[in-house]
Amino acid sequence: MTDTTTAPTGRSADIPKVSGDDGGTGHLEELRVDPIGLMQRVRDECGDVGEFRLADNDVVLLSGAEANEVFFRASDDELDQAAAYPFMTPIFGEGVVFDATPEERRRALHNQSLRDKFMRGHAATITAEIERMLAEWDDEGEIDLLDWTAELFIYTSTSCLIGPRFREELDVSVAHLFHELERGTDAIAFVDPYADIDSFRRRDAARAALVERVQGIMARRRAAGPPAEGEERDLVDVLMSIKDPDGNEHFSADVITGMFISMMFAGHHTTSTTASWFIIEMLRNPDVMAAVVAEMDALADAGGGEITYQDLREVPWLEASIKETLRLHPPLILLLRLAKVPVEVEGYTIPAGKLVGASPAVSNRLPEAFDDPDRFDPSRYVEPRQDDLDNPWNWIPFGAGRHRCVGAAFAMMQLKTIFCILLRDWELTAAQPPETYRNDHSKMVVQLAQPCMVRYRRRSGPTVVEDGSPTGESA
Amino acid sequence: MAFRIVVDSDLCQGHGVCENEAPELFEVGRDMLAHVLVEQADESQRRAAEAAAKYCPTHAITLVPVL
Repeated sequence: MTDTTTAPTGRSADIPKVSGDDGGTGHLEELRVDPIGLMQRVRDECGDVGEFRLADNDVVLLSGAEANEVFFRASDDELDQAAAYPFMTPIFGEGVVFDATPEERRRALHNQSLRDKFMRGHAATITAEIERMLAEWDDEGEIDLLDWTAELFIYTSTSCLIGPRFREELDVSVAHLFHELERGTDAIAFVDPYADIDSFRRRDAARAALVERVQGIMARRRAAGPPAEGEERDLVDVLMSIKDPDGNEHFSADVITGMFISMMFAGHHTTSTTASWFIIEMLRNPDVMAAVVAEMDALADAGGGEITYQDLREVPWLEASIKETLRLHPPLILLLRLAKVPVEVEGYTIPAGKLVGASPAVSNRLPEAFDDPDRFDPSRYVEPRQDDLDNPWNWIPFGAGRHRCVGAAFAMMQLKTIFCILLRDWELTAAQPPETYRNDHSKMVVQLAQPCMVRYRRRSGPTVVEDGSPTGESA
Repeated sequence: MAFRIVVDSDLCQGHGVCENEAPELFEVGRDMLAHVLVEQADESQRRAAEAAAKYCPTHAITLVPVL
Protein backbone atom coordinates (compact mmCIF):
# COMPACT_ATOMS: atom_id res chain seq x y z
CA MET A 1 0.00 0.00 0.00
CA THR A 2 1.68 3.15 -1.14
CA ASP A 3 -0.59 5.50 0.78
CA THR A 4 0.55 4.20 4.14
CA THR A 5 4.12 5.28 3.49
CA THR A 6 3.02 8.92 3.17
CA ALA A 7 1.30 8.94 6.57
CA PRO A 8 3.04 11.55 8.73
CA THR A 9 3.52 9.65 11.98
CA GLY A 10 2.20 6.76 13.97
CA ARG A 11 1.96 3.08 13.20
CA SER A 12 -0.43 3.06 10.27
CA ALA A 13 1.58 0.39 8.50
CA ASP A 14 0.89 -1.81 11.49
CA ILE A 15 -2.90 -1.69 11.45
CA PRO A 16 -3.56 -5.42 11.69
CA LYS A 17 -5.27 -7.09 8.74
CA VAL A 18 -7.88 -9.75 9.22
CA SER A 19 -7.40 -13.22 7.73
CA GLY A 20 -9.29 -14.44 4.68
CA ASP A 21 -8.23 -11.99 1.92
CA ASP A 22 -8.93 -14.02 -1.23
CA GLY A 23 -6.28 -12.21 -3.28
CA GLY A 24 -8.87 -10.93 -5.75
CA THR A 25 -11.49 -8.55 -4.37
CA GLY A 26 -10.28 -9.22 -0.84
CA HIS A 27 -13.16 -9.76 1.58
CA LEU A 28 -15.92 -8.60 -0.77
CA GLU A 29 -17.39 -12.06 -1.33
CA GLU A 30 -17.38 -12.78 2.40
CA LEU A 31 -19.10 -9.45 3.07
CA ARG A 32 -21.86 -10.48 0.63
CA VAL A 33 -22.46 -13.77 2.45
CA ASP A 34 -21.65 -13.32 6.13
CA PRO A 35 -20.86 -9.67 6.96
CA ILE A 36 -21.33 -10.01 10.71
CA GLY A 37 -19.05 -13.07 10.81
CA LEU A 38 -16.38 -11.07 8.94
CA MET A 39 -16.63 -8.06 11.23
CA GLN A 40 -16.64 -10.16 14.39
CA ARG A 41 -13.50 -11.92 13.14
CA VAL A 42 -11.84 -8.52 12.63
CA ARG A 43 -12.45 -7.78 16.30
CA ASP A 44 -11.44 -11.27 17.47
CA GLU A 45 -8.19 -11.30 15.49
CA CYS A 46 -7.21 -7.61 15.44
CA GLY A 47 -8.87 -5.98 18.48
CA ASP A 48 -10.33 -2.45 18.47
CA VAL A 49 -8.65 -1.48 15.17
CA GLY A 50 -8.40 -3.90 12.25
CA GLU A 51 -8.56 -3.86 8.50
CA PHE A 52 -10.35 -5.75 5.74
CA ARG A 53 -10.41 -5.12 2.00
CA LEU A 54 -13.17 -4.51 -0.56
CA ALA A 55 -11.42 -4.58 -3.95
CA ASP A 56 -9.47 -1.27 -4.08
CA ASN A 57 -10.91 0.02 -0.79
CA ASP A 58 -9.27 -0.76 2.52
CA VAL A 59 -11.78 -0.57 5.36
CA VAL A 60 -10.43 0.09 8.87
CA LEU A 61 -13.04 -1.35 11.22
CA LEU A 62 -13.22 0.18 14.69
CA SER A 63 -14.93 -1.39 17.70
CA GLY A 64 -15.05 -0.93 21.45
CA ALA A 65 -15.97 2.24 23.34
CA GLU A 66 -12.67 4.10 22.88
CA ALA A 67 -12.33 3.60 19.11
CA ASN A 68 -16.05 4.10 18.51
CA GLU A 69 -15.93 7.42 20.35
CA VAL A 70 -13.24 8.67 17.94
CA PHE A 71 -15.42 7.52 15.04
CA PHE A 72 -18.60 9.21 16.29
CA ARG A 73 -17.06 12.45 17.54
CA ALA A 74 -15.15 13.11 14.29
CA SER A 75 -16.34 16.00 12.12
CA ASP A 76 -17.13 15.70 8.40
CA ASP A 77 -13.76 17.34 7.66
CA GLU A 78 -12.07 14.37 9.31
CA LEU A 79 -14.36 11.42 8.59
CA ASP A 80 -16.75 12.17 5.75
CA GLN A 81 -20.06 10.39 5.53
CA ALA A 82 -21.11 11.60 2.09
CA ALA A 83 -18.42 9.81 0.08
CA ALA A 84 -18.60 6.49 1.90
CA TYR A 85 -21.74 4.89 0.47
CA PRO A 86 -21.21 4.35 -3.29
CA PHE A 87 -24.24 2.06 -3.49
CA MET A 88 -26.59 4.97 -2.69
CA THR A 89 -25.76 7.24 -5.65
CA PRO A 90 -27.73 5.30 -8.30
CA ILE A 91 -30.70 5.09 -5.92
CA PHE A 92 -30.89 8.82 -5.17
CA GLY A 93 -30.09 9.54 -8.82
CA GLU A 94 -26.83 10.09 -10.64
CA GLY A 95 -26.68 13.60 -12.02
CA VAL A 96 -29.46 14.80 -9.77
CA VAL A 97 -27.92 18.00 -8.53
CA PHE A 98 -29.01 18.82 -5.06
CA ASP A 99 -28.56 22.39 -3.91
CA ALA A 100 -27.36 21.17 -0.55
CA THR A 101 -24.85 18.82 1.07
CA PRO A 102 -26.15 15.68 2.82
CA GLU A 103 -25.70 17.46 6.15
CA GLU A 104 -27.77 20.44 4.98
CA ARG A 105 -30.45 18.12 3.61
CA ARG A 106 -30.57 16.28 6.92
CA ARG A 107 -30.99 19.56 8.76
CA ALA A 108 -33.73 20.69 6.41
CA LEU A 109 -35.64 17.44 6.88
CA HIS A 110 -35.15 17.77 10.60
CA ASN A 111 -36.44 21.34 10.67
CA GLN A 112 -39.43 20.69 8.42
CA SER A 113 -40.61 17.36 9.76
CA LEU A 114 -38.75 15.80 12.64
CA ARG A 115 -38.66 18.38 15.42
CA ASP A 116 -40.53 17.67 18.60
CA LYS A 117 -43.27 20.16 17.83
CA PHE A 118 -44.36 18.01 14.85
CA MET A 119 -44.45 14.73 16.78
CA ARG A 120 -48.00 14.97 18.15
CA GLY A 121 -49.34 15.50 14.65
CA HIS A 122 -47.25 12.61 13.32
CA ALA A 123 -48.55 10.33 16.09
CA ALA A 124 -52.12 11.03 15.00
CA THR A 125 -51.23 10.42 11.33
CA ILE A 126 -49.53 7.12 12.15
CA THR A 127 -52.48 6.00 14.28
CA ALA A 128 -54.80 6.58 11.32
CA GLU A 129 -52.48 4.69 8.95
CA ILE A 130 -52.09 1.58 11.13
CA GLU A 131 -55.83 1.49 11.77
CA ARG A 132 -56.42 1.65 8.02
CA MET A 133 -54.07 -1.31 7.43
CA LEU A 134 -55.68 -3.30 10.25
CA ALA A 135 -59.18 -2.60 8.94
CA GLU A 136 -58.31 -4.85 6.00
CA TRP A 137 -57.66 -7.83 8.26
CA ASP A 138 -60.23 -10.57 8.78
CA ASP A 139 -60.81 -11.87 12.31
CA GLU A 140 -57.85 -14.15 11.76
CA GLY A 141 -55.26 -14.77 9.07
CA GLU A 142 -51.59 -14.63 8.18
CA ILE A 143 -49.21 -11.88 7.11
CA ASP A 144 -45.72 -11.87 5.67
CA LEU A 145 -43.78 -9.58 8.03
CA LEU A 146 -41.52 -8.15 5.35
CA ASP A 147 -44.33 -7.32 2.91
CA TRP A 148 -46.70 -6.02 5.55
CA THR A 149 -44.28 -3.73 7.38
CA ALA A 150 -42.76 -2.48 4.10
CA GLU A 151 -46.21 -1.36 2.91
CA LEU A 152 -47.21 0.16 6.26
CA PHE A 153 -44.07 2.30 6.51
CA ILE A 154 -44.39 3.57 2.92
CA TYR A 155 -47.75 5.04 3.94
CA THR A 156 -46.66 6.44 7.31
CA SER A 157 -43.43 7.99 6.04
CA THR A 158 -44.94 9.60 2.95
CA SER A 159 -47.92 10.87 4.92
CA CYS A 160 -45.74 12.42 7.63
CA LEU A 161 -42.84 13.67 5.49
CA ILE A 162 -44.40 14.56 2.12
CA GLY A 163 -48.06 15.03 2.98
CA PRO A 164 -51.43 13.24 3.00
CA ARG A 165 -52.29 14.36 -0.57
CA PHE A 166 -49.27 12.50 -1.93
CA ARG A 167 -49.86 9.46 0.27
CA GLU A 168 -53.36 9.06 -1.19
CA GLU A 169 -51.77 8.56 -4.62
CA LEU A 170 -49.86 5.49 -3.43
CA ASP A 171 -50.65 1.80 -3.19
CA VAL A 172 -48.81 -1.45 -2.51
CA SER A 173 -47.03 -1.31 -5.89
CA VAL A 174 -44.97 1.64 -4.63
CA ALA A 175 -43.85 -0.47 -1.68
CA HIS A 176 -42.70 -3.12 -4.16
CA LEU A 177 -40.74 -0.57 -6.18
CA PHE A 178 -39.13 0.79 -3.04
CA HIS A 179 -38.18 -2.74 -2.08
CA GLU A 180 -36.38 -3.15 -5.40
CA LEU A 181 -34.36 -0.01 -4.61
CA GLU A 182 -33.41 -1.48 -1.25
CA ARG A 183 -32.43 -4.76 -2.89
CA GLY A 184 -30.18 -2.82 -5.27
CA THR A 185 -27.48 -2.37 -2.64
CA ASP A 186 -25.17 -5.27 -3.45
CA ALA A 187 -21.66 -4.67 -2.09
CA ILE A 188 -20.42 -5.10 -5.65
CA ALA A 189 -21.14 -1.35 -5.77
CA PHE A 190 -17.78 -0.90 -4.02
CA VAL A 191 -16.25 -2.12 -7.31
CA ASP A 192 -18.84 -0.69 -9.72
CA PRO A 193 -22.21 0.82 -8.69
CA TYR A 194 -23.42 0.31 -12.28
CA ALA A 195 -22.24 -3.29 -12.75
CA ASP A 196 -24.48 -5.26 -15.12
CA ILE A 197 -26.12 -7.52 -12.53
CA ASP A 198 -29.78 -8.41 -12.00
CA SER A 199 -30.31 -6.51 -8.74
CA PHE A 200 -28.85 -3.30 -10.21
CA ARG A 201 -30.97 -3.58 -13.38
CA ARG A 202 -34.06 -4.00 -11.21
CA ARG A 203 -32.97 -1.08 -9.02
CA ASP A 204 -32.71 1.19 -12.07
CA ALA A 205 -36.03 -0.01 -13.49
CA ALA A 206 -37.72 0.60 -10.12
CA ARG A 207 -36.33 4.13 -9.89
CA ALA A 208 -37.52 4.89 -13.43
CA ALA A 209 -40.98 3.56 -12.54
CA LEU A 210 -41.10 5.78 -9.46
CA VAL A 211 -40.14 8.82 -11.54
CA GLU A 212 -42.99 7.92 -13.90
CA ARG A 213 -45.43 7.77 -10.97
CA VAL A 214 -44.34 11.19 -9.76
CA GLN A 215 -44.50 12.51 -13.32
CA GLY A 216 -48.12 11.34 -13.56
CA ILE A 217 -49.03 12.94 -10.22
CA MET A 218 -47.44 16.22 -11.32
CA ALA A 219 -49.28 16.15 -14.67
CA ARG A 220 -52.64 15.65 -12.94
CA ARG A 221 -51.95 18.53 -10.59
CA ARG A 222 -50.91 20.79 -13.44
CA ALA A 223 -54.19 19.96 -15.20
CA ALA A 224 -56.20 20.59 -12.01
CA GLY A 225 -54.45 23.87 -11.29
CA PRO A 226 -52.88 24.90 -7.97
CA PRO A 227 -54.69 23.91 -4.75
CA ALA A 228 -57.39 26.34 -3.67
CA GLU A 229 -56.86 28.76 -0.81
CA GLY A 230 -57.15 26.83 2.45
CA GLU A 231 -56.77 23.45 0.76
CA GLU A 232 -53.93 21.42 2.23
CA ARG A 233 -50.73 21.48 0.18
CA ASP A 234 -48.09 18.79 0.24
CA LEU A 235 -44.41 18.88 -0.63
CA VAL A 236 -45.17 18.14 -4.31
CA ASP A 237 -47.29 21.31 -4.51
CA VAL A 238 -44.59 23.31 -2.77
CA LEU A 239 -41.80 22.03 -5.06
CA MET A 240 -43.94 22.52 -8.19
CA SER A 241 -44.63 26.12 -7.17
CA ILE A 242 -40.92 26.98 -7.35
CA LYS A 243 -40.23 28.52 -10.76
CA ASP A 244 -37.01 29.42 -12.54
CA PRO A 245 -36.55 32.96 -14.02
CA ASP A 246 -38.35 31.93 -17.23
CA GLY A 247 -41.42 30.90 -15.25
CA ASN A 248 -40.91 27.15 -15.79
CA GLU A 249 -40.99 24.63 -12.96
CA HIS A 250 -37.56 24.54 -11.37
CA PHE A 251 -37.61 20.87 -10.34
CA SER A 252 -38.15 17.98 -12.74
CA ALA A 253 -39.99 14.79 -11.77
CA ASP A 254 -36.60 13.07 -11.73
CA VAL A 255 -35.16 15.52 -9.19
CA ILE A 256 -38.30 15.52 -7.02
CA THR A 257 -38.32 11.72 -7.00
CA GLY A 258 -34.65 11.75 -6.00
CA MET A 259 -35.44 14.12 -3.14
CA PHE A 260 -38.30 11.93 -1.92
CA ILE A 261 -36.19 8.77 -2.10
CA SER A 262 -33.38 10.45 -0.15
CA MET A 263 -35.86 11.63 2.52
CA MET A 264 -37.54 8.25 2.90
CA PHE A 265 -34.77 5.75 2.32
CA ALA A 266 -33.00 5.92 5.68
CA GLY A 267 -36.25 5.59 7.61
CA HIS A 268 -38.00 2.90 5.63
CA HIS A 269 -36.11 -0.41 5.66
CA THR A 270 -34.76 0.40 9.13
CA THR A 271 -38.17 0.88 10.74
CA SER A 272 -39.67 -2.01 8.81
CA THR A 273 -36.90 -4.41 9.87
CA THR A 274 -37.10 -3.27 13.49
CA ALA A 275 -40.88 -3.69 13.61
CA SER A 276 -40.55 -7.20 12.18
CA TRP A 277 -37.84 -8.25 14.64
CA PHE A 278 -39.79 -6.77 17.53
CA ILE A 279 -42.71 -9.04 16.64
CA ILE A 280 -40.37 -12.04 16.25
CA GLU A 281 -38.74 -11.39 19.64
CA MET A 282 -42.19 -11.14 21.23
CA LEU A 283 -43.07 -14.55 19.72
CA ARG A 284 -39.80 -16.01 20.98
CA ASN A 285 -40.22 -14.51 24.47
CA PRO A 286 -43.84 -15.03 25.57
CA ASP A 287 -43.20 -13.74 29.09
CA VAL A 288 -41.99 -10.42 27.74
CA MET A 289 -44.90 -10.22 25.33
CA ALA A 290 -47.31 -10.80 28.22
CA ALA A 291 -45.72 -7.91 30.15
CA VAL A 292 -45.91 -5.60 27.13
CA VAL A 293 -49.51 -6.56 26.35
CA ALA A 294 -50.47 -5.96 30.00
CA GLU A 295 -48.90 -2.49 29.72
CA MET A 296 -50.95 -1.77 26.58
CA ASP A 297 -54.14 -2.97 28.24
CA ALA A 298 -53.52 -0.75 31.26
CA LEU A 299 -53.04 2.22 28.94
CA ALA A 300 -56.20 1.48 27.03
CA ASP A 301 -58.19 1.08 30.26
CA ALA A 302 -56.87 4.32 31.73
CA GLY A 303 -57.46 6.35 28.59
CA GLY A 304 -60.80 4.89 27.54
CA GLY A 305 -59.26 3.49 24.37
CA GLU A 306 -57.56 6.74 23.41
CA ILE A 307 -53.74 6.68 23.31
CA THR A 308 -52.13 10.09 23.81
CA TYR A 309 -48.67 11.35 23.00
CA GLN A 310 -47.88 11.55 26.72
CA ASP A 311 -48.96 7.90 27.09
CA LEU A 312 -46.35 6.92 24.52
CA ARG A 313 -43.64 8.35 26.76
CA GLU A 314 -44.60 6.17 29.72
CA VAL A 315 -44.53 2.61 28.37
CA PRO A 316 -41.33 1.22 29.93
CA TRP A 317 -41.68 -2.43 28.84
CA LEU A 318 -42.68 -1.60 25.30
CA GLU A 319 -39.88 0.93 24.99
CA ALA A 320 -37.33 -1.41 26.56
CA SER A 321 -38.38 -4.25 24.26
CA ILE A 322 -37.94 -2.03 21.18
CA LYS A 323 -34.51 -0.96 22.44
CA GLU A 324 -33.50 -4.56 23.04
CA THR A 325 -34.72 -5.50 19.56
CA LEU A 326 -32.55 -2.71 18.15
CA ARG A 327 -29.52 -3.88 20.14
CA LEU A 328 -29.74 -7.48 18.91
CA HIS A 329 -30.96 -6.72 15.38
CA PRO A 330 -29.60 -3.32 14.40
CA PRO A 331 -30.96 -2.51 10.93
CA LEU A 332 -27.64 -0.99 9.87
CA ILE A 333 -24.78 -3.36 10.60
CA LEU A 334 -21.90 -1.32 9.16
CA LEU A 335 -21.54 2.49 9.32
CA LEU A 336 -18.92 3.97 7.01
CA ARG A 337 -16.91 7.16 6.62
CA LEU A 338 -14.07 8.21 4.33
CA ALA A 339 -10.93 9.51 6.09
CA LYS A 340 -10.21 12.99 4.67
CA VAL A 341 -7.15 13.50 6.86
CA PRO A 342 -4.98 11.09 8.86
CA VAL A 343 -6.95 10.03 11.95
CA GLU A 344 -5.35 8.81 15.19
CA VAL A 345 -7.01 5.89 16.96
CA GLU A 346 -5.47 4.07 19.91
CA GLY A 347 -1.93 4.63 18.73
CA TYR A 348 -2.58 3.86 15.07
CA THR A 349 -2.78 6.43 12.30
CA ILE A 350 -5.46 5.78 9.70
CA PRO A 351 -4.22 7.45 6.50
CA ALA A 352 -6.45 9.76 4.46
CA GLY A 353 -8.27 7.91 1.69
CA LYS A 354 -9.18 4.80 3.63
CA LEU A 355 -12.74 3.87 4.51
CA VAL A 356 -13.37 3.72 8.24
CA GLY A 357 -16.19 1.63 9.68
CA ALA A 358 -18.01 1.01 12.94
CA SER A 359 -20.36 -1.93 13.38
CA PRO A 360 -23.53 -1.75 15.49
CA ALA A 361 -23.93 -5.53 15.02
CA VAL A 362 -20.56 -6.15 16.71
CA SER A 363 -20.54 -3.33 19.29
CA ASN A 364 -24.11 -3.93 20.51
CA ARG A 365 -23.08 -7.41 21.65
CA LEU A 366 -19.70 -6.80 23.25
CA PRO A 367 -19.51 -8.96 26.39
CA GLU A 368 -17.45 -6.28 28.17
CA ALA A 369 -20.39 -3.87 27.83
CA PHE A 370 -23.45 -6.12 28.07
CA ASP A 371 -24.04 -9.06 30.42
CA ASP A 372 -25.00 -12.21 28.54
CA PRO A 373 -24.93 -10.16 25.31
CA ASP A 374 -26.83 -12.56 23.04
CA ARG A 375 -29.82 -12.80 25.37
CA PHE A 376 -33.01 -10.80 24.67
CA ASP A 377 -33.48 -9.04 27.99
CA PRO A 378 -35.46 -5.78 28.03
CA SER A 379 -34.88 -5.39 31.78
CA ARG A 380 -31.52 -3.91 30.77
CA TYR A 381 -33.40 -0.63 30.26
CA VAL A 382 -35.95 -0.79 33.06
CA GLU A 383 -35.15 1.37 36.11
CA PRO A 384 -32.74 1.36 37.76
CA ARG A 385 -30.82 -0.22 34.85
CA GLN A 386 -29.99 1.83 31.75
CA ASP A 387 -27.55 -0.20 29.69
CA ASP A 388 -28.06 2.09 26.68
CA LEU A 389 -27.09 5.30 28.49
CA ASP A 390 -24.30 3.57 30.41
CA ASN A 391 -22.69 2.48 27.12
CA PRO A 392 -23.09 5.49 24.82
CA TRP A 393 -20.31 4.36 22.43
CA ASN A 394 -21.21 0.66 22.37
CA TRP A 395 -25.04 0.79 22.40
CA ILE A 396 -25.17 2.21 18.89
CA PRO A 397 -28.21 1.00 16.91
CA PHE A 398 -28.80 4.67 15.96
CA GLY A 399 -25.11 5.51 15.69
CA ALA A 400 -23.96 8.15 18.17
CA GLY A 401 -22.57 11.65 18.46
CA ARG A 402 -23.11 14.33 15.86
CA HIS A 403 -24.32 11.96 13.12
CA ARG A 404 -26.67 10.03 15.38
CA CYS A 405 -29.79 9.10 13.43
CA VAL A 406 -31.82 12.29 13.23
CA GLY A 407 -34.98 10.21 12.88
CA ALA A 408 -34.44 8.17 16.05
CA ALA A 409 -37.09 9.96 18.12
CA PHE A 410 -39.55 9.78 15.21
CA ALA A 411 -38.82 6.08 14.73
CA MET A 412 -39.33 5.25 18.43
CA MET A 413 -42.59 7.22 18.51
CA GLN A 414 -43.75 5.50 15.32
CA LEU A 415 -42.97 1.98 16.58
CA LYS A 416 -44.59 2.64 19.95
CA THR A 417 -47.75 4.01 18.33
CA ILE A 418 -48.06 1.02 16.03
CA PHE A 419 -47.51 -1.60 18.70
CA CYS A 420 -49.85 0.10 21.17
CA ILE A 421 -52.66 -0.41 18.68
CA LEU A 422 -51.57 -3.74 17.25
CA LEU A 423 -51.02 -5.49 20.60
CA ARG A 424 -54.13 -3.96 22.16
CA ASP A 425 -56.44 -5.39 19.52
CA TRP A 426 -54.65 -8.42 18.06
CA GLU A 427 -53.04 -11.62 19.25
CA LEU A 428 -49.99 -12.71 17.25
CA THR A 429 -48.53 -16.21 16.96
CA ALA A 430 -45.68 -17.65 14.94
CA ALA A 431 -46.72 -19.35 11.69
CA GLN A 432 -43.35 -21.07 11.38
CA PRO A 433 -40.83 -22.36 13.94
CA PRO A 434 -39.62 -19.18 15.76
CA GLU A 435 -35.95 -20.02 15.21
CA THR A 436 -36.43 -20.00 11.41
CA TYR A 437 -36.89 -16.22 11.19
CA ARG A 438 -33.61 -14.76 9.96
CA ASN A 439 -32.07 -11.85 8.08
CA ASP A 440 -30.94 -11.84 4.46
CA HIS A 441 -27.43 -10.37 4.48
CA SER A 442 -26.73 -10.60 0.76
CA LYS A 443 -27.20 -6.83 0.30
CA MET A 444 -25.85 -3.84 2.20
CA VAL A 445 -29.44 -3.06 3.18
CA VAL A 446 -30.34 -5.90 5.52
CA GLN A 447 -33.87 -7.25 5.20
CA LEU A 448 -35.82 -10.08 6.75
CA ALA A 449 -35.49 -13.29 4.72
CA GLN A 450 -38.74 -14.77 3.45
CA PRO A 451 -40.72 -16.75 4.42
CA CYS A 452 -41.47 -14.76 7.60
CA MET A 453 -45.11 -15.54 8.27
CA VAL A 454 -47.05 -14.57 11.37
CA ARG A 455 -50.61 -15.48 12.29
CA TYR A 456 -53.00 -12.92 13.75
CA ARG A 457 -56.33 -13.20 15.53
CA ARG A 458 -58.62 -10.48 16.83
CA ARG A 459 -58.60 -10.30 20.61
CA SER A 460 -61.98 -10.64 22.21
CA GLY A 461 -61.28 -8.38 25.18
CA PRO A 462 -58.59 -6.93 27.41
CA THR A 463 -57.66 -10.36 28.83
CA VAL A 464 -54.69 -11.99 27.11
CA VAL A 465 -56.02 -15.27 25.71
CA GLU A 466 -58.04 -18.19 27.00
CA ASP A 467 -55.09 -20.41 27.85
CA GLY A 468 -53.03 -17.50 29.17
CA SER A 469 -50.17 -18.16 26.78
CA PRO A 470 -49.95 -15.84 23.80
CA THR A 471 -47.63 -18.18 21.94
CA GLY A 472 -48.80 -21.49 23.36
CA GLU A 473 -48.55 -23.41 20.12
CA SER A 474 -45.07 -22.28 19.15
CA ALA A 475 -43.42 -22.34 22.60
CA MET B 1 -30.69 24.18 45.85
CA ALA B 2 -29.72 26.08 42.74
CA PHE B 3 -28.36 24.16 39.78
CA ARG B 4 -26.74 24.78 36.42
CA ILE B 5 -27.90 23.27 33.13
CA VAL B 6 -25.30 21.96 30.68
CA VAL B 7 -25.98 21.01 27.03
CA ASP B 8 -23.39 18.84 25.25
CA SER B 9 -23.30 20.47 21.81
CA ASP B 10 -21.63 17.38 20.29
CA LEU B 11 -24.81 15.46 21.09
CA CYS B 12 -27.56 18.08 20.68
CA GLN B 13 -29.48 17.89 17.37
CA GLY B 14 -31.97 20.64 18.08
CA HIS B 15 -35.09 18.48 18.35
CA GLY B 16 -36.57 21.08 20.68
CA VAL B 17 -38.04 18.77 23.29
CA CYS B 18 -36.36 20.89 26.01
CA GLU B 19 -37.86 24.06 24.58
CA ASN B 20 -41.34 22.54 24.74
CA GLU B 21 -40.88 21.12 28.24
CA ALA B 22 -39.20 24.18 29.76
CA PRO B 23 -39.56 27.30 27.59
CA GLU B 24 -38.17 29.47 30.40
CA LEU B 25 -34.93 27.51 30.42
CA PHE B 26 -34.17 26.52 26.81
CA GLU B 27 -34.31 27.92 23.33
CA VAL B 28 -33.22 26.22 20.09
CA GLY B 29 -31.27 28.79 18.13
CA ARG B 30 -30.81 29.31 14.40
CA ASP B 31 -27.69 27.17 14.78
CA MET B 32 -30.01 24.22 15.54
CA LEU B 33 -28.56 23.83 19.02
CA ALA B 34 -30.31 24.15 22.34
CA HIS B 35 -29.19 27.14 24.40
CA VAL B 36 -29.69 27.53 28.13
CA LEU B 37 -31.36 30.83 28.93
CA VAL B 38 -30.42 31.12 32.60
CA GLU B 39 -27.09 31.25 34.39
CA GLN B 40 -28.55 29.24 37.27
CA ALA B 41 -31.92 27.64 37.80
CA ASP B 42 -33.74 27.40 41.12
CA GLU B 43 -35.78 24.69 42.82
CA SER B 44 -39.06 25.92 41.29
CA GLN B 45 -37.66 25.13 37.85
CA ARG B 46 -36.29 21.70 38.69
CA ARG B 47 -39.33 19.70 37.55
CA ALA B 48 -39.31 21.27 34.10
CA ALA B 49 -35.53 20.95 33.78
CA GLU B 50 -35.65 17.28 34.77
CA ALA B 51 -38.38 16.59 32.21
CA ALA B 52 -36.27 18.28 29.53
CA ALA B 53 -33.24 16.15 30.46
CA LYS B 54 -35.28 12.94 30.68
CA TYR B 55 -37.05 13.30 27.34
CA CYS B 56 -34.12 14.79 25.39
CA PRO B 57 -33.83 12.35 22.45
CA THR B 58 -30.04 12.55 22.40
CA HIS B 59 -29.51 12.76 26.19
CA ALA B 60 -27.50 15.93 25.75
CA ILE B 61 -28.69 17.69 28.93
CA THR B 62 -27.22 17.34 32.42
CA LEU B 63 -28.16 19.18 35.61
CA VAL B 64 -25.21 20.15 37.79
CA PRO B 65 -25.71 21.19 41.43
CA VAL B 66 -24.25 24.56 42.39
CA LEU B 67 -22.55 24.22 45.76
